[in-house]
Amino acid sequence: MSETTTQAADAFNEVVTHAFVREIDLPNGGGKAALITLDNGFDHTKPTTFGPQGLASLSAALEQIEAMIEGGHDLAFVGVTGKPFIFAVGADIKGVRHVANRIEALEMGQLGHSVFRRLGALKVPTFAFINGAAMGGGLEIALHCTYRAVSGGATAISLPECALGLIPGWGGAYLLPNLIGVDQAITVIVENPLNLNRQLKPKQVLELGIADVLLEPADFLAQALAWAVQVVKGEVTVTRPEVDHSHEAWAAAVARGRALADAKLHGAAPAPYRALDLISAARKANPDEGFAAEDDALADLVMTDELRASMYAFDLVQHRAKRPTGAPDKALARKVTKVGIVGAGLMASQLALLFLQRLLVPVVMTDLDQARVDKGVAYVHGEIDKMLAKGRIDGDKANRLKGLLTGSTDKAAFADADFVLEAVFEELKVKQQVFAEVEAVVSPECVLATNTSSLSVTAMAAELKHPERVVGFHFFNPVAVLPLLEIVRAEETDDASLATAFAVGKSLKKTCVLVKDAPAFVVNRLLTRFLGTVTVSVDEGTPIEVADGALDPLGLPMSPFNLLALVGPPVALHVAHTMHEAFPERYGVSGGLERFVAAGKSSAYDWSSGTAVVDPEVATLFAGGESPLTAEQVRNRALEALAEEIRLMLDDGVVAEAQDIDLCMLLGAGWPSHLGGITPYLDRVGVSERVTGQRFLPRGVASLL
Amino acid sequence: MSTAARTSREVVFVDGVRTPFGKAGPKGQFAETRADDLIVALIRELVRRNPSLPPERIDEVAIAATTQIGDQGLTLGRTAAILAGLPRSVPGYSIDRMCAGAMTAVANVSAGIAFGAYDAAIAGGVESMSRHPMGEGVDPNPRFVSERLVDVAALNMGVTAENLHDRYPHLTRERADAFGVRSQELLAKAYADGVIQGNLVPVATRSAEKGWGLATADEPPRPGTTMADIANLKTPFRVHGRVTAATSSPLTDGATAALVAAADVAEEFGLAPKMRLVTYAFAGVAPEVMGVGPVPATERALRNAGLGIDDIGLFEVNEAFAVQVLAFLDHFGIADDDPRVNPWGGAIAVGHPLASSGVRLMTQLASHFEVHPEVRYGITTMCVGLGQGGTVIWENPHFDGKKDA
Repeated sequence: MSETTTQAADAFNEVVTHAFVREIDLPNGGGKAALITLDNGFDHTKPTTFGPQGLASLSAALEQIEAMIEGGHDLAFVGVTGKPFIFAVGADIKGVRHVANRIEALEMGQLGHSVFRRLGALKVPTFAFINGAAMGGGLEIALHCTYRAVSGGATAISLPECALGLIPGWGGAYLLPNLIGVDQAITVIVENPLNLNRQLKPKQVLELGIADVLLEPADFLAQALAWAVQVVKGEVTVTRPEVDHSHEAWAAAVARGRALADAKLHGAAPAPYRALDLISAARKANPDEGFAAEDDALADLVMTDELRASMYAFDLVQHRAKRPTGAPDKALARKVTKVGIVGAGLMASQLALLFLQRLLVPVVMTDLDQARVDKGVAYVHGEIDKMLAKGRIDGDKANRLKGLLTGSTDKAAFADADFVLEAVFEELKVKQQVFAEVEAVVSPECVLATNTSSLSVTAMAAELKHPERVVGFHFFNPVAVLPLLEIVRAEETDDASLATAFAVGKSLKKTCVLVKDAPAFVVNRLLTRFLGTVTVSVDEGTPIEVADGALDPLGLPMSPFNLLALVGPPVALHVAHTMHEAFPERYGVSGGLERFVAAGKSSAYDWSSGTAVVDPEVATLFAGGESPLTAEQVRNRALEALAEEIRLMLDDGVVAEAQDIDLCMLLGAGWPSHLGGITPYLDRVGVSERVTGQRFLPRGVASLL
Repeated sequence: MSTAARTSREVVFVDGVRTPFGKAGPKGQFAETRADDLIVALIRELVRRNPSLPPERIDEVAIAATTQIGDQGLTLGRTAAILAGLPRSVPGYSIDRMCAGAMTAVANVSAGIAFGAYDAAIAGGVESMSRHPMGEGVDPNPRFVSERLVDVAALNMGVTAENLHDRYPHLTRERADAFGVRSQELLAKAYADGVIQGNLVPVATRSAEKGWGLATADEPPRPGTTMADIANLKTPFRVHGRVTAATSSPLTDGATAALVAAADVAEEFGLAPKMRLVTYAFAGVAPEVMGVGPVPATERALRNAGLGIDDIGLFEVNEAFAVQVLAFLDHFGIADDDPRVNPWGGAIAVGHPLASSGVRLMTQLASHFEVHPEVRYGITTMCVGLGQGGTVIWENPHFDGKKDA
C-alpha cells in the first residue's frame, strides 16, 4: 500500500473487513478448496465494506492462497463468501471525502483493481458464494470470480455507484457488459441506480446471468460448495446467456442508456455518462484497458463537487435524517392509542390509510355529512383491498386494518383519541373552528395536528384553551411515497406535544424535520419562490418552453411546469397568494397563472401527438409580455431567488441549519443528490456568495476543499 | 352408529443421515454453529434424497435434544420444520429421553404410524454439547437426596460407569481398554473403506475468528490408538478407578435424522425400505448403574418379538462407556470382540452427541443389513441417564433366507 492511501486510511475510522482463509475438505471426493470469508467482526447491521485496510487483508488472503498453490496444495477451487446475511457492500465511502487529490483517487481505484483481479488470475477456478447483500465493490468481487452462486436470501444486490455519483470502478463497468450483455448491464449499472436505486432480486440475478445458480438460503453455503465440486468435476455444465458483441447491439443499448440518463438528469450529473462511456468501450477493450479506464473515470469523479455533494446528501439521509435536530427528548412523548382525522377527502383518506398501516391503532375519520364519510371510508377500504389483491397483506391483516377504521359525522367520536389531525380546507377560519370543536370533546393532552401547507399554526391555536397541544404536521404528496414530514413548532407548542408528534412521525416511517411556524415552512416556501420566478418570466414574454427548460442543467426530477401540473395549478395559485400576502416584496403572483387556473387548465403541454408540445391556448393565456429572458437569465433569477430565500430562512431560524434545508429538498421535493439538495449547488456556482455575500456551507463539507 | 376405521401397519426405516460429529468445546468444528441449523441441514437432505415423497406427506417432525434451551429449545421439531422449508402444514414437536432421545423419537412416530395416525415422519436428534454442556440449567429436586431416591453420584455418568466395574469385577480395565481400542480400529477401517461417508451431510461451520468452514468428517476419532497409548491414562471419575477417556464416549456436537414410513406408503412412493421395525422396549434400572439399562430393555424387546438373543445377527450398541457395552455382551454370553457387534466401531471413537445417537445406530445397522443379507434381525440399543435402557429390534428387508456361509 502506498503512503498516500495509508494516510487516507488513517484519516477516517475504517471498520476493517478481514478476509479469512480456510483450507476445507470437500464432499464427494472433491478434494480440497480454499474458502475466503469476508467479515468485519460485526453483525449484519454493520455490513462489510472495503477501505484500504480491508483491501490489504483481501490481498494478504490471496497471497496466502497463491503461496498454497505454489507450494503444491492441490486446490480444486477458491471460494469467496461473506459473514451471515452479508456478502459485501462495496467501498467504504466514508473514505472518499478524505481523498485530497486525483493521485489518491486514482490509487483508490487501482488498489481495488489490483487486489480483485488476482481472484480472476489464480490458477484454479474461483467461485463467489453470494450469501447475502452484495452491492458495488462487493458485487464486483463476485464478477472477478470464474463462477457465481447466489442465495435466495440475498435481497440487496446492485451496482448503486451511479446513484452516488460514482461508477462501478473496481471492474464492474468492464466485466458486467461482457458477462451478461450490454443492454442488461446498462439496466443494472445505469437504469436501476437512477430509478430510486432499485435492487435486484436473487431470481433476477440468476436470469440476468450474473449468477450461475440460485440456491435456497437454509443450507446455501454447503450446497453451493457441493455445486462447485460438480462444476469443477464437469458434472454440471454452466450455461450463460450469449453476449451479442456486435457494434449495433452495443450502440443501441448505450443510446438507450443515454436517453434514460438525459430524461432524468439532462446531463446534470456526470457519473451515469461516464459509466456509459466505459460500457461503450468495454466491447473492444481488453481487461487492462477496461480497468485503466475505470480508474481514470473514478479518479475524475471522486474529484468533482457533484460527488462530494452526493456524499453529503447520502450522509444527511443516512444519519441526520435519523436524529432530527432540535427535537425534544423522546421520553416526553405520550402514547398514541387512537387517532382522529378531521376530513374525509382524498388527502385525509390517504392519511387515514397511512396511520392505520403504520400505527395499527383505531383511526376515526369525520366529515360534515354521511356521504363524504362513506366515500372516505370506501376509499381506504378500496386501497386495503388493492394491497390484498397484490399479496402485500393477507386477509387477516386486511380485516384488521378495516376493523380499525371507522367514520362518523360527529366529532364526539374523537373523545378518546390521543392525536387528532385535521386535513380540511386550507382556510384559517375553517381550521380554527375545527380545532375548537375537537377541543370540546378530547382530553386536554390530546395532540391537535394540522396538515396545513402554508397557514400559521400559531394563529390556528390562538383561540384554544390548550394551545400548547397544537403542532403542524405537514406531509408531501403522495403521502405514502414521499418520506418527508415537516413538524412545526408553533409559539405555544410544549415539548410533550412536540415529542409526541416526532414519535408519531417516526412510527409513520417518515423523516421528520423540525421547522419554525413560518409561512409555507421549507419545501413549499422554496418551491413557490422558485416557481414564481419562472412563471413571472413567462408573464414577461419568455416562451414557456424556454422558461420551463431553463432549469434542465440542474437535473431536477421535473420541470417547473410539470411540477405545477403535479401539485395542481389551483393549489399552487392558492399558495402563491398566501405567500404574496406574507412576503409581497419577494413573492409575486403570475397573471398568466391566474388566467391559466381560471381557464381550468391543468397542464401547459399537449401530449396528444405523443410528445410534449406547448398548448397554444396556454401560450395565449400567458402572452403579452415584451421582455423575454434567455434560459440562462431565467435560471440565474431562479437560483438567486432560492439563495436569497434560504439565507432569510436561516437568519430567521426556520430550520436549524442549511443541512436541514437540504434534507427537506432531498426528501420532500426529490431534488437530486448531486446538488446536495440545493445549498451545495448554490455554493458551487457562486450564487450564494453573489447574492448573500457568503456560502451556506464551508468548503469541504459538500464540495472539494 | 358406525365404527371408525383403524389400521395397524408395518413400519419401515426409509433413510437415515447425520452430520459429521464435532468435538465439543470452543475449538470444535461446530462451536459457533447453531444446533437448529444442524438438524435443518438433515431434514433438507432427507427431502432431497427421497424426492418421490412429497414433503407435504410428512406427517410429523419429532426432534430430540437433552438440553432444550436456546437454539435447542422453542419446540425444535416445529421450528426446524419451518426453517427447513417444509410446508407449514407439517407439524413437529420436541422430545427428550436424554441419550435415547432420537431413539425415542423414532419409536414414538413409528407407533403413530403403526396405529394409523401418520403415514410418514421425520425423527431425529441433536445435541450441541459445546453450546449446551451436560447439565446446563438443571435443577434436581432436593427430595432425590433427602429421601435417598437417587445417589447424587448417579447424575455423573462416568461415576455410574465406575459403579458398573464394581458390580462386575471381572469386567476389568484391561477388557475395557481393549474394547476402546477396538472401537477406534473399526471406525478407522470403516472410514478407510469409505462406508461411513455416504450418510454424512456436509454442514457449513461458522467461525468468527477463522471464517466459514465445511464439516465433512467426524472430529472425535483417534485412529491408531494402541493399548500402550492408553494404559496410563488418568481415571477422571474416581481416584484409582478404571474408566478413562479412552473407554468413554467424548463430549460431542452433532445431529441425526431418519425418515420412517408405513410400509404401504413407502411402496406407494417407491421408497425402498432399509429396515422393517419389529418392536421396541424401554426399561428402567437403578440410576447408579444406568449402563446396565440395555439388558432389561433388550430382554423385554425380545419377549415382545418372540425372539431369542440367538436370532439377532447384528448389534449396534451405543458405547457411552466400554464397561457398559461389556456388561451387556457379558449378560448375553457374547464375546467382547464378536464381529456382529458394532462393526464400524462406536461412540467411544465417533462421539456421542447425547440425544442424537439413537438414529446413528439405526442408520449404521441399515447399512450393515444391506451387505449382510444372511442376517434377518438386528438390534439397536443404548443406555440412558438416570437408569434406563432402550432397544429397537429391526428386520432386514434384504434377508435372503440363506444361512451365513
